[in-house]
Amino acid sequence: MLDADFFRRWMTAAAASVDRAADRLTELDSPIGDADHGSNLRRGFTAVRAALEEESPDTPGAVLTLAGRRLVSTVGGASGPLYGMLLRRTGKALGDAAEVSEEQFAGALRVGVDAVRALGGAAPGDKTMIDALAPAVDALGDSFAAARSAALAGAEATTPLRARKGRASYLGERSVGHQDPGAASAALLVAALAEVAGE
Amino acid sequence: MSEGGQVGIVLVSHSAEVAASVAALAKALAGGGAAVPVAVAGGTEDGGFGTSAGLVAGAAAAVDRGAGVAVLADLGSAVLTVRALLAEGDELPPGTRLVDAPFVEGAVAAVVTAAAGADLAAVEAAAGEAYTYRKV
Repeated sequence: MLDADFFRRWMTAAAASVDRAADRLTELDSPIGDADHGSNLRRGFTAVRAALEEESPDTPGAVLTLAGRRLVSTVGGASGPLYGMLLRRTGKALGDAAEVSEEQFAGALRVGVDAVRALGGAAPGDKTMIDALAPAVDALGDSFAAARSAALAGAEATTPLRARKGRASYLGERSVGHQDPGAASAALLVAALAEVAGE
Repeated sequence: MSEGGQVGIVLVSHSAEVAASVAALAKALAGGGAAVPVAVAGGTEDGGFGTSAGLVAGAAAAVDRGAGVAVLADLGSAVLTVRALLAEGDELPPGTRLVDAPFVEGAVAAVVTAAAGADLAAVEAAAGEAYTYRKV
């Protein structure tokens, strides 16, 4: 069973991972974006970490809902509402249970990913965070480690794609050959999940 | 929807200057003196380019007169932030809508229509119609 502490540790691990990778994320965002993805996410997850310490939410749903709300209000780029929606809808789907099973979490995360798809209108293959998140949710039924591998493979597979959403889509064919920064950061979040699960 | 008050207009842009200038232009073209509540949410809270959910929520609250609020956004995170706030249901005043319209032309149409006392549906329709004004 997964409790509030597990989800707090996930967010803390995600914050540390985003912090370490911020320069790489911004570098990925330079040729096809506006070179702010790393710094935006670092600001967002730093705020998430502070909010979790201040408010100490005591259920898995409350941890993720609070984290999502902070991301929406602090990131300043498109990843704010998108990751914010992911965590808020996942948290809302978990309800107010003190502990949730891995199956319940996988189901809730699917609700969150569906909400991200509805918000941004992206489908798999559009060269967005969905290309990492969708396969991760599918693999989460097996294990956290399988979800991590699926997210990473999905992120790497965005390199040859032509962007169909977001600022990179203005570049058309010139977006080919660059990994999508949103898919790369989504893979980091899923990897942080596997890390705190000890897988 | 309309209960006497005027429809409020919120302009959300990645740039504070763009939001403020478009608001000034729209108000000028609406006759200047017309008392349409217009507020802007431009850029991030620290003055950079981007979108602030807090500024959007504050602007919407500032122009809410009970007749609904029409929000126009420029691109990317501006659109997604408004949609995310609307999806949560409780962060913007009741009767707030993201209007599907070109930013400059839509803002002018929305402010002019609201100044004439139109309700939210009419303001939304006028702004959306701006997509059909061909230039060549």
